[in-house]
Amino acid sequence: MLTDIAEPVAVRTPGIGVRHNARAVRVVLHREILRFLDDRPRMISMLVQPVLWLFVIGTGIGSLVETAVPGIDYRTFIYPGMISMTIIMTAMFSAGSIVWDREFGFLREMLVAPISRTAIVTGKCLGGAVVATAQGLIILALAGLVGVPYDPVLILTMVVEMFLAAFTVTAFGVLIAAGLKNIQSFFGVVQMAVMPMLFLSGAMFPLANLPGWLQVLTTVNPLTYAVDPMRQAVFSHLDLSPTASALLNPGVSWGDWKVPVPLEIGLVTAAGLVLLAMAVARFRRAR
Amino acid sequence: MSEPAPAISVTGLKKTYGQVEAVKDVNFTVAPGEVFGFLGPNGAGKTTTIGMLCTLVAPTGGTALVAGRDVVRERDEVRRNIGLVFQDSTLDLYLSAEQNLRFHAELYGVPRPQVGPRIQQVMEMVALWDRKDSKVLTFSGGMKRRLEIARGLLHSPRVLFLDEPTVGLDPQTRAAIWGYIHKLRRAEDITIFMTTHYMDEAEYCDRIAIIDHGEIVVVDSPEALKASVGKDRVRISTEDSEAAIDALEKRFGLTAAVHEGEVMFSVPAGEEFVPRLFAELGLPIRSVSVSRPSLDDVFMSYTGVTIRDAEFEKSATKTWARTTGRR
Repeated sequence: MLTDIAEPVAVRTPGIGVRHNARAVRVVLHREILRFLDDRPRMISMLVQPVLWLFVIGTGIGSLVETAVPGIDYRTFIYPGMISMTIIMTAMFSAGSIVWDREFGFLREMLVAPISRTAIVTGKCLGGAVVATAQGLIILALAGLVGVPYDPVLILTMVVEMFLAAFTVTAFGVLIAAGLKNIQSFFGVVQMAVMPMLFLSGAMFPLANLPGWLQVLTTVNPLTYAVDPMRQAVFSHLDLSPTASALLNPGVSWGDWKVPVPLEIGLVTAAGLVLLAMAVARFRRAR
Repeated sequence: MSEPAPAISVTGLKKTYGQVEAVKDVNFTVAPGEVFGFLGPNGAGKTTTIGMLCTLVAPTGGTALVAGRDVVRERDEVRRNIGLVFQDSTLDLYLSAEQNLRFHAELYGVPRPQVGPRIQQVMEMVALWDRKDSKVLTFSGGMKRRLEIARGLLHSPRVLFLDEPTVGLDPQTRAAIWGYIHKLRRAEDITIFMTTHYMDEAEYCDRIAIIDHGEIVVVDSPEALKASVGKDRVRISTEDSEAAIDALEKRFGLTAAVHEGEVMFSVPAGEEFVPRLFAELGLPIRSVSVSRPSLDDVFMSYTGVTIRDAEFEKSATKTWARTTGRR
């Protein structure tokens, strides 16, 4: 059972510095990708939901509202919303793996290593962002089925927007996960916090002509600013009448001022960084 | 010639949780290359002490130097120089054995060219190289523990901390892990600090510290500790236990008691006493056995209870100590 030990390979680890922490970020990210690629059932279940929405609910509701929206398929309308939904769910799942790691002890392996907590959390958030973007790309590949063109500019824009949205959502998830001890409570919190945010983000219905209270809620919902740029990107590549466009792609307005896409993206990025900092602070106290 | 710098040096170390003093004023040093055992019942403060030495628990008072570095002020330096094997597994079950070690190598900044050869070496040491591509999920408890020991050694730590390294393993695997630990200390320039509550395992250590109620009761080698207890334990079986007890009292001035149907008493140099016993007791003796003091006797003589009783007594506080003591 035991083997004789050869002359040991001398390992001298260097001092702790930026490069060392960069390696730590990379390996935490790498593990996230390995785990994702390994977990086929998760990959499939994360895809089934949006596909169901898109082609079952989308077709069903689409036949109901056909006459209300001239010249556009409801499926085309919810398509960017479903991409957002995929991203958000995948990113939250990735963040949830921290709770999982805590339950199964692996988190401790990371917490006792001579690296900063920032490296662990950053690696985790980047991992969630990469995995969610990859998942989003699969839905993006279905564009042709709902009449959205395969335009290189559109694809590139979407990838960047998906990545930023996913990063921010993962950071939010990690912030929640940092304080939780078991996976059940994490999913409880996700149900409670993420579902309403998703409903109020414009992923399912256009944010135009809404009652005042609903309008307010959608404007204060941070996810709105992650979903809207993706819808704007998709709609700018569709051939629509101005009426349909105004109805289905109203954008987000603060009072009478329409919030430009770069500002929305800036808000999402800023939120991501703030959430990341908060998650790191929370992790500093965790063991 | 000056003494080499100690691998671990602890002065006045304290840890208080609210009103409870988990560790009170602990002092000891561990020499480089030593296998140092920390022995005590659950809840005695072992895990809290190891937690402080590993920079996982912030001490309330006192100082601790590990590999010459202060556990509070030079946290990352301490961490680079120690290897940890916890009671509970901290492996990623869904990664392969090798992937787990690669992850560790990156976290500890092992220089790139050495990562591959070093992983192969530590895995060969614990005889797991042929299973390197298997997921840890498929490993038995003993294999997981061996893999964790390999991982703890990957970055060539100066001090390896083993918190109950063989708990929950079958006797065969326990023996194998011990055999491995012995080989390890010959092959690598390393100090081993371990906690255990198995008395038989403590015998493998160079020195043992007995800790009880958060205080170190005694530190010495297992042989010296046993010698300090002094007396051997003699058990005899006779026709009439009552008569035997009377005779022992009358002829030798010994106090004996019936234990599990046998008459038991303690004498110095038990083997030399046996011939006298047969000659002078005046009663037929059916069987006799003499046993040297065990570490359990040592523990009993220093703490007044057997380690099992101590655990029973502490079982109420145990859960608490586990959840708060080793966050």
